[in-house]
Amino acid sequence: MSHGHAEVLTTHEVHHDEHGVHHHHQSFISKYVFSQDHKIIAKQFLITGMIWAIIGGLMSVLFRLQLGYPDQTFPWLEDILGNWAKGGKITPENYYALVTMHGTILVFFVLTGGLSGTFANFLIPLQVGARDMASPMMNMLSYWFFFGGSIVMMSSLFIQTGPFSGGWTAYPPLSALGDASPGSKTGMDLWITAMAMFVVSSLLGGLNYVSTVLNLRTKGMSMTRLPLTIWALFFTAVLGILSFPVLLSGFILLLFDRHAGTSFYLSDIYIAATNQALPNEGGSAILYQHLFWFLGHPEVYIILLPAMGMASEILSVNSRKPIFGYMAMVGSLFAITILAFLVWAHHMFVTGLNPFLGSVFVLLTLLIAVPSAIKVFNWLTTIWKANIKFTPGMLFALGFVSLFISGGLTGIFLGNSTLDIHLHDTYFVIAHFHIVMGVSAFFGMFAGIYHWFPKMYGRYMNSTLAYIHFWVTLIGAYLIFWPMHYEGLAGMPRRYLDYSNWASFNQFGDLNRFISTVAMIVFSIQLLFVFNFFYSIFKGRKVTTQNPWGSTTLEWTAPIHPGHGNWEGEIPEVHRWAYDYSKDGRDFIPQTEPIAANESKH
Amino acid sequence: MTTTGLFLLAILALGFLITFQIAKASEYVSVLKGEKKSFEQNNRINGFLMVVFLVLGLIGVYLCNKALYPKTLMPYPSASEHGENIDTMLKITLLITGIVFLLTQILLFWFAYKYQYSEKRKAFYYPHNNKLEMIWTTVPAITLCILVGFGLYYWFKITGEAPDNAMKVEITGRQFGWIYRYPGKDNVFGKKYFRMIDEADGNILGMLWKDSTMHTPNGVQNIKADPTGYDDIIETSAMYLIKDQPVKLIINSRDVIHDVGLPHFRMKMDAVPGTPTTMWFTPKYTTDEMKKITNNPNFEYEIACDQMCGNGHYSMKGLIKVVTRDEFILWRAKQQPGYKPATAAAPAPAEQPAAPADTAKKASAGALVPNSTLASNK
Repeated sequence: MSHGHAEVLTTHEVHHDEHGVHHHHQSFISKYVFSQDHKIIAKQFLITGMIWAIIGGLMSVLFRLQLGYPDQTFPWLEDILGNWAKGGKITPENYYALVTMHGTILVFFVLTGGLSGTFANFLIPLQVGARDMASPMMNMLSYWFFFGGSIVMMSSLFIQTGPFSGGWTAYPPLSALGDASPGSKTGMDLWITAMAMFVVSSLLGGLNYVSTVLNLRTKGMSMTRLPLTIWALFFTAVLGILSFPVLLSGFILLLFDRHAGTSFYLSDIYIAATNQALPNEGGSAILYQHLFWFLGHPEVYIILLPAMGMASEILSVNSRKPIFGYMAMVGSLFAITILAFLVWAHHMFVTGLNPFLGSVFVLLTLLIAVPSAIKVFNWLTTIWKANIKFTPGMLFALGFVSLFISGGLTGIFLGNSTLDIHLHDTYFVIAHFHIVMGVSAFFGMFAGIYHWFPKMYGRYMNSTLAYIHFWVTLIGAYLIFWPMHYEGLAGMPRRYLDYSNWASFNQFGDLNRFISTVAMIVFSIQLLFVFNFFYSIFKGRKVTTQNPWGSTTLEWTAPIHPGHGNWEGEIPEVHRWAYDYSKDGRDFIPQTEPIAANESKH
Repeated sequence: MTTTGLFLLAILALGFLITFQIAKASEYVSVLKGEKKSFEQNNRINGFLMVVFLVLGLIGVYLCNKALYPKTLMPYPSASEHGENIDTMLKITLLITGIVFLLTQILLFWFAYKYQYSEKRKAFYYPHNNKLEMIWTTVPAITLCILVGFGLYYWFKITGEAPDNAMKVEITGRQFGWIYRYPGKDNVFGKKYFRMIDEADGNILGMLWKDSTMHTPNGVQNIKADPTGYDDIIETSAMYLIKDQPVKLIINSRDVIHDVGLPHFRMKMDAVPGTPTTMWFTPKYTTDEMKKITNNPNFEYEIACDQMCGNGHYSMKGLIKVVTRDEFILWRAKQQPGYKPATAAAPAPAEQPAAPADTAKKASAGALVPNSTLASNK
């Protein structure tokens, strides 16, 4: 093995100059709590995200219980949930609170904060060759705003009128009027506050990621030598920086409508509960949807791009082959980033949007399938004639590709306005986005965790548990979401807690029970993963080689337990791209190795 | 918590423990056996599972389709012409995406199986091929153009202007139900204003039935009664439509955003407070005919609210009765306008034996509907 020799030689020589790395005394608080080390911050994001994922996942199990068994009562639910499940049955307002919180938590706090926060923080400095983020202080603040937002969001679960319950998209007037729904009272104020803090966190993080990638690359690391993970995380950050402020402005207008008597979104409203016509006139409820989806759609790619980047990297490493079409992969990421801003109104085909405007968005939406197709075919060609090692990370990366194909193809149905008329807001949509950005982003995240766990903690996770985790989750995900397409084709609407009174939708009782059962099994398997994760941090098999996967990228040239500053001594210099696998008869050539005179070109 | 609950939890915990112990043991075994050997063994197992998953998955797709297809709307014809277009579009899309799905999933899992690690194999250094990449940029682009072309052709057909002979019906959403309004004999909808809504007085839509002066944030407003609204029929039990007669729905909301979802007609449109929307379609089968077609004696054209509108969202059901022209004329003749002259405003008796023609509708009309209990006067 050729890696690591440079470090071994230099470590002792420069050891005494590097006080910042080794001898700086840090208290527990500054090392593990208010840490400015990107690796610790990444772990903070990861573990907070995991806790959120368990809570959000448990919520889905609870409302699936209602959906699967609408006519039964579960007295133990009252033991756990108290007033939320009087008499062992979840009440409608709490059903909707669970659905809303599940969406908000998973989309923002897990798959945005937890995913980008973890891997952008962990991988960017290590893979571009930087000692830390451009601004470690901002990075730390980014986590603590995320944490603060988390606390506020969590606190809304415990207030008298309950958390917000109008769906994670929070469309006004429902989200603006406490009289229209109890969840829109204090719960909504807390929701907006938490989301505002989340946006701040996201911006602090995103600006940092972009400036680090642009300015702190090590010598020789040109942009075209960056691993695809970094490109993906870079574009993710760009998406977030440009779209989150728009969301925040939408929320601020909503806050004004709620408390300052403005009429941005409100007009012609009569509330039956209070027998009162509201004073607001002239607002447009659709304006909010434009502002929301201007973030909301890029948000989908904010969730997905990191997963794509990590899957690309992991597929390549474990195929022992270069990623096929590196420039096309970067180009398609770029195309997705641009197009992500131009497709938002496909969520609004049936809001009364001008049909001509709708047709423009159909064109742009289906256009985004082209870069997606390029990526899929490039991934397939990457594993063609490969020599595949099924590490847990690799399994999840392959699962990611499968799910991305399945969920991506149904996007072609929904992006076509003609079909969207029929399928909009049905279970078809639920199936589509859970597969393409829910489960597949989770697969990308799992792939990343299994793959970089040795770098994070210097230990391996248990592979047998990982294999069980992978196969049960993959099979379970398809069993849960595949049949939902059929419910959608029956026109079955989302966000109903009981279909038994509907002649058109009550034929799926057995199926709903089946889905609920599988969901519970899949959830419990995730707990196995969580257990594996925490157990392995302390008791996992120790990593003994610096580069366990035989990877070309820079993070594996750092010590097994990198300190704050990542490399002892000089930061390594980069001489080549990140994908020289199986070239010229060698298994891999690290990025740090200079190009040899007689080397073949790619 | 019940004992069965505790018992189940105990079993779950035990299952976890056993799985964990096995997993840990296998790790020790792999260390003893040599890392290389156990890696190769695991790799073979996972590679084999890839192809098993592919085969069982495809069988599963087939079985799932067999079991669930009859429960969707697809086996039966769509109840509107627009719906037929949408079904055609669905089939075109399904065909194209189906081919891509099979192709890519088979390649993915087959490659994973076929190119699993072997000591003898060397991975093929293949960083790029511009020709191949051009092919899979242009072929999807062209295919998508076809889909966009078909899609927009139907889209403009469906969202285009309603035919001149379309019957107009207004539908208004509120938490949690639907109000239907027909223009009456003069074929003109009377004006309404949301500040005039008075549930206690039976004016659930805010019709301008009387002159009034009100203080609003915009100053004092003098509101004049609109006589064209005196004959408007306001109904909450069901919307009656005529077979083969185009209908244009004018969609309103009284409070939050709702959505008029008509799965059997394949139509859908949001109801937005302050911004009226429209959609039109032509029903092809009467409710009775649909009962025969679907072989379901309980069949009804239900209106499902498709936009989260509050805690009663799941129960916000409306009803459409598609009838023949003759039946419609008969039904119309029985309807009383919603207008209630000021003089009759006093005590509105809930149950009042009226003429036989009036009682027909009373049972289903519900307490919120004033029209069947009050005599009209114009």
